[in-house]
Amino acid sequence: MTPEIRLAQAPAHARHGSNIGQPLTRREGVLKVKGEARFAADNHPPGMLHAVLAVSQIARGRVNFLDIQAAKGHPGVVEVMTPANRPPLAEDPDAKTNPFMFRLDLLQNDQVRYANQPIAVVIAETLEAATEGAALLSPRYDVLPARVGLDSGESFVPPAVGVGNPSEMRRGDVEAGLSAASKRIDATYETPAQYHNAMEPHAIVAAWDGDKLSIDTPSQGLAIAQGRLAGLFGISPDKIHIRSPFLGGGFGSKGLMSGPQVLGILAARLVGKPVKLVLRREHMYGPVGHRSASRQRLRIGLDGDGLLTAIDHHARIASSSFDDFFEPAADASHTLYASPAIATSHDAVRVDAGTPLFMRAPGEATGSIALESAIDEAAWACGIDPLTFRIKNYAEVEPISGKPFSSKALRQCYAQGAERFGWARRPLEPRQMRDGAGLLVGWGMGTATFPALMFAAEARAALRGDGSGLMEIGAHDMGQGAWTALGQIAADSLGLDVDRVEFRSGTSDLPDAGIAGGSAHTATAGMAIHNAGAAVIAKLADLATGDERSSLFGAGNAGVTARDGRLFRRDDESRSESYVDILKRAGLAQIEASGKGAADPAAQSTYAMHAHGAVFAEVKVDPDLGQIRVTRMVGAFATGRIINPRMVQSQIFGGMIWGMSFALHEKAIIDHRSGRILNANLAEYYVPVNADVPPMEALMIDEYDPHVNALGIKGVGEIGVTGSAGAVANAVWHATGIRVRRFPIGIDDLVTAG
Amino acid sequence: MKNFEYVRPASVSDAVAAAAVPGSAYLASGTNLLDLMKGGISRPDRLVDVTRLPGLDRIEHLADGGIRIGALVRNADLAHDPDFAKSCPAVAEALLSGASPQLRNAATVGGNLLQRTRCGYFYDTASACNKREPGTGCDARHGENRLHAVLGWSEACIATHPSDFCVPLVALDAVVEIEGRAGRREIALEALYRLPGDTPERENVLEPGDLIVALRLPPAVRTFSAHARYLKVRERTSYAFAMISAAAGLRIEAGKIRDARLALGGVAAKPWRARPAEDILAGASADAATFRRAAEAALADAKPSGDNLFKIELAKRIIVRALTLAAVGTPARMSALPGSPFASVSGVLHDA
Amino acid sequence: MNLSISLTVNGVRRDVELSDPRVTLLDLLRERLDLTGTKKGCDRGQCGACTVLVDGRRINSCLALAISHDGAGILTIEGVARGDQLHPVQAAFIAHDGFQCGFCTPGQIMSAIGLIEEAQAGDDPERIRECMSGNLCRCGAYAGITEAVLDAQQSLATANQRRSA
Repeated sequence: MTPEIRLAQAPAHARHGSNIGQPLTRREGVLKVKGEARFAADNHPPGMLHAVLAVSQIARGRVNFLDIQAAKGHPGVVEVMTPANRPPLAEDPDAKTNPFMFRLDLLQNDQVRYANQPIAVVIAETLEAATEGAALLSPRYDVLPARVGLDSGESFVPPAVGVGNPSEMRRGDVEAGLSAASKRIDATYETPAQYHNAMEPHAIVAAWDGDKLSIDTPSQGLAIAQGRLAGLFGISPDKIHIRSPFLGGGFGSKGLMSGPQVLGILAARLVGKPVKLVLRREHMYGPVGHRSASRQRLRIGLDGDGLLTAIDHHARIASSSFDDFFEPAADASHTLYASPAIATSHDAVRVDAGTPLFMRAPGEATGSIALESAIDEAAWACGIDPLTFRIKNYAEVEPISGKPFSSKALRQCYAQGAERFGWARRPLEPRQMRDGAGLLVGWGMGTATFPALMFAAEARAALRGDGSGLMEIGAHDMGQGAWTALGQIAADSLGLDVDRVEFRSGTSDLPDAGIAGGSAHTATAGMAIHNAGAAVIAKLADLATGDERSSLFGAGNAGVTARDGRLFRRDDESRSESYVDILKRAGLAQIEASGKGAADPAAQSTYAMHAHGAVFAEVKVDPDLGQIRVTRMVGAFATGRIINPRMVQSQIFGGMIWGMSFALHEKAIIDHRSGRILNANLAEYYVPVNADVPPMEALMIDEYDPHVNALGIKGVGEIGVTGSAGAVANAVWHATGIRVRRFPIGIDDLVTAG
Repeated sequence: MKNFEYVRPASVSDAVAAAAVPGSAYLASGTNLLDLMKGGISRPDRLVDVTRLPGLDRIEHLADGGIRIGALVRNADLAHDPDFAKSCPAVAEALLSGASPQLRNAATVGGNLLQRTRCGYFYDTASACNKREPGTGCDARHGENRLHAVLGWSEACIATHPSDFCVPLVALDAVVEIEGRAGRREIALEALYRLPGDTPERENVLEPGDLIVALRLPPAVRTFSAHARYLKVRERTSYAFAMISAAAGLRIEAGKIRDARLALGGVAAKPWRARPAEDILAGASADAATFRRAAEAALADAKPSGDNLFKIELAKRIIVRALTLAAVGTPARMSALPGSPFASVSGVLHDA
Repeated sequence: MNLSISLTVNGVRRDVELSDPRVTLLDLLRERLDLTGTKKGCDRGQCGACTVLVDGRRINSCLALAISHDGAGILTIEGVARGDQLHPVQAAFIAHDGFQCGFCTPGQIMSAIGLIEEAQAGDDPERIRECMSGNLCRCGAYAGITEAVLDAQQSLATANQRRSA
C-alpha cells in the first residue's frame, strides 16, 4: 500500500571525509515539508471503513448497557464491535508472560478499569457516521468508587521498578549519615500525572488477506509489535507486515502495541474489510500510557563543608489496578552526587487509571526535578553557590555502585555551560535581580544525566556492482532523525558517501532494529549497521586481497580501509581498487552481509555508563501576578559521539522544552471522585507553545568513550528533560524566594505564598 | 457529531425564522459551536448558516463618533483595523490575546459574544452540569475548581465566562443589536448575560431565533483611548484562556482620573463590570493607593467557590496592574505579546 | 438538502457531492480528496496541525464545515511548492531543522505562510513566536521554526524587491 519511501535530500551537502559528524539536514525533510511523508492515518486502501472507539466515562465498574441498536441505526454504520462479537484471540489480553508485556483492553469483558478505556468500536462507511455511532451507544454502567491519587489505597513495595531495577537500593548507612550531618534537608516534592500527547494520535490502518495481516501504524518497536500481534492472533510473525516509516512523535507511547491499535485490527477482521482507526485526542488519556504521578521525599545530610553525608530518596508512585509499571523516580539519586550513604526506595498504590508506561525519561525526569530541587535547597542551606555545591559533591565514581564511569565530561559541561550563561554573576541570595520592567529575574541550574543503554539489533548490508550500497534495518524515525543519522552511520560503515547508500527502514520485514527507546536507538541500530557494513566490507576485502589480479592482492595481513567507494591498502595508500572493479572482476552483482548490535556485557559490568549535562535557566516572574516565563536556557551536554549535530541539537532542545514543561506547564487534572481527566485535550493540558520557548543554546562537549560501544554513542533522546526541569524550578525560587515543591509551579503557588 | 439539517438563509429575516424552530442553532465560523458539537455538548438538529448574510461584515464609524461592528466581522480583521485599534486599543489587545491567529481569522464578533464556558465539567458529558443538563447538579462545586468563579456564582453553577474580547466591551458600555421575531432591539452587552442563579442553562437573554447582527461602541470609548489596556494572566505565554483578566480605561485630565472603566474576565459567568471600583477611581488621583482601593471595591463581594481563594487576591493585583498600565498610557504600538504581563520584558516597548 | 459544493483547492476546481453536512474541511481534504498532507492532531482547534489557507487566510480546517465553505479557495501544503522547487518557507524549515517528527509541519508551514502574508510580526522574533503560537509542536522544534519563519520572510521580501525593481 505504501509506496517505497524515496528520500529526497536538498540541498546537496558539501562534505569532507566522514559522513558521521556532519550536520546533514533531514533526509526525509523534503517529504515532510511537502506533506508527502505518509503517516499511518494518511493511508486509505480501497474499500476501507472507518472505526471509532467508544470509551468508558467511568473509571471503575462494568458496562451494563450499550445502545447498539441506536448506533447501528445511524446511516452509514456497518458494525458495532463489543465483547459479544469481538473476533476471538489466540491469547488472553490479560496474560502476562514477561514483565514488558502489558495487559491490553481488547473488549475481553464488560469490566471497566479506567476512564477512557475502550468499551466498543463502531465501524462505518464514513468517519462522521462512525463517530456519531460511538456517541449513540450511550453506555450505562454499574459504577464502583474510583481510586484516585497517591493516597487512594494501601501502599506496597513493588517487586521492581522501571526495567527490572530493584525498588530499594542502598549503599552506606543513610541514617548514620543523616544523624552525623550538621545540616539536613527534608523536603517532599509532588509531580502530576502527565500524558505523552504526541502530535500524531495513535492510528492504524489494518487489512487482512486470509491470515495475512498488513498494517500501517506508528511503532517505536516493530519487531516487538509484530511478535505481540502474532501471539494475540495466533499467526506466525512473518504473516504480519507493519509499515511505520514515520511516527508523528512517540515519546514512549508508541513503544509497544497499544490496545486501540489491536482493536483496529480486530475491527478489520470482524468486517472483512480494511479499517482505519484513529484515536481522538481525548482517547489518548487512558489506553496509551502516561507518566505516573509521584510524591518524593528527599532527606539530605550535609557536613560543615557542604559535603553530602547522606541522600535518602523515597518515591511514592502509582500503577494501574491491573498491571505493573512503576516509575523508577528515586533511581535518579544513584548516579549524580557523591555521598557516603545513599538509599533509594519506592512504594506504590494502585489507582483506577490506565497503566502508566515509559514516557520520555521515565523515572529520570520525575526523579531529576525532585533531586535537583533538593540539591538546590541543600546548597542554599549551606550558603554555597549551587554550581560550586555540585562540583564539591562531584561523583568521581558512580555513587550507588562504586564503578568507574566509562567517560564523564560533566565538569566540562558545568564549566562551559556556566561560562556561556554568565553564571558567575549570579547573586547567591534569591529575589535579588529585576529587569528594567520590574520583573523578578532568577537563575537556576540542574545536572542532567541519562544512562547510556543498548538493546539488540540486526542489520543487513549489501554492496552492488555499480558501487552503491544498501543498508536494511527496521529502524524507527519518530523525529529523532533515524533516517538521517543511521544513514550516515551506514554510509561510513560502507566507505561510501551517504547519497550512494540506499537506506531501507521503517518496516517489519527488515532486520530487527530493537526498540526506539531508552535513548538507545542510534547506538543499538547504529552498531548493527556498523557491524553489517564492516562485514560486507570484509567480504569485499577478501575478494580483492585473495585475487592476484587485484592491486590489493596479498594485503590480507596488512589490511585494507574502505573510503569513497574504494579499498585502500592500509600500509600503502597508493594501492587501491574501486568496489565496482572488485565486484566486476569477481562477476558478482552484489555481495551481502549481516551485523548485530548489542551491549558489551563485560564493559557494562566494569563501567557505569551515562551521558551527562548541565542546564542553566533564566526565568522572569511577575512579582505581583505570579506569571512565569523562561527567558533563556543554556545546556551543555556530554553524550559521547555525535552522529549529526543538527539533529542532536533539535533533540536536546526538545528535551529541554519538556523539562520546562515539567516544571511549569503540564499536568492532568483528574477529578478526585470520578477519576475522569478533565483536561483531556490540548487546550487545557498545557504543553509549551512557541511563545513559551526562549532563545536556547545547546553546547555539545566533546567526549570520547571507548567503552559504551565501538561508535562511542551514548544517546541524546531523553537527557535534555533531566536537569532542565530542576533548572527552571530552581530559577523560579531564585527569582522569587518562594520554593514550590509541587509541580508544575502555578501562578496560585506564587500568589498565595507572595 | 449528531447529524443536522443545514440551511443557509439569504436574509436576516429568513435566518431568524429558520432559527426560531426548536433545536436550531446559528452557525457562523463554528470555532466554538463545532467544538461543542464534536464533544457532544451541543447537539442541534439544524444549523442556520449566517456566514453569507449580507451587510454584517462591516466596521462602520458612525457620525456621532460611535463604532458599529457587524456580527460577522472576524476577530482578526477587527483587531487589525487601524481606526478601530486606535479608538479601542484595549479591545484590540483583548482580541489579539485570545486563542490563536488561525482562530482569530475565523471567529466572528457575534459568535465571540456567545462563547461558552471552558468549565471541564461542562465539557465532560458524563459529569453533572446544570448548565449542560439542567437539574443534574454541579460536579464542579466540590470538584477540581481552582479556576472557577469567585463572583456572581451560585450553588447551581460556578463556571466562568472565557472570553477576552467581551471584557473590555463590557467595560466600554458596548451595545448589541439583535434581530428577533419581533424585529430589532438593542441591549447593553452587560445585560445580555445572565448570572447563573438557579438557571445556569440560560446564559443570556436571547430568545429563540434572536440573531446578534451588530455590536456598537458608544462615542465615549474614544475618551479612553489614550489610557486603555487589557491584561491577562494565564498558565502559558500564549494560546491559553485567561485565568483572570482585566480591562481598564481611564480618562485622565490634569493628573486626575476624570472617568474610569473597569471589567474583569475569568471571575464570573459573565464579563464582570466593576462599577464600585469605577466610582472610587473617578475624581481620584492615578496612584497605587487609589488603584488598590478600587481593586478592593471590585472584589468586595467575592468569595471562593472552591479551591480558588487565591483568585480573589490575584484579581485585585491584576486590577491594580491594569490600572497602572492604563495610567501610563496606551503604547504606541501593540505589544508583542498582547495582554501579557511579559509584553515589555526588556522594559521597553517592542518597536520593530 | 443540496450538499454539493465546489472549491478551488490548490488552484484546481473540485466539485464535491458531500454525503453528509457534518464533514469538516479537514476531513474533506483528508478522507475524500486524498490530500492527506494536512494533519489532524486534535480535531478541536487546539493544535494547529490542520492549518490551511482559506481565501488567503490561515484557519483551522478541523473547525470549518466544508459545506459552509462552498466556493472558497483553499491552499494546502500540497499546493505550496512549484514542482521540485520548494516554497521559501519549506526550504527554510529544512535548513533550520524546524521540525522533528514532521507531523505538525504542514500546519506550521501553512501558518507561517499566512503569518508572512498578514505582515503583522515584522522581523521581531518575539512577535513571530506569538504569531506562531497557534501551532503546537510536541517535539519542541520551536527555535528552528522561529528562525525558519524569519529567514523565509526575509528571502521572500528580497525576492519581491527584486521583482519590483
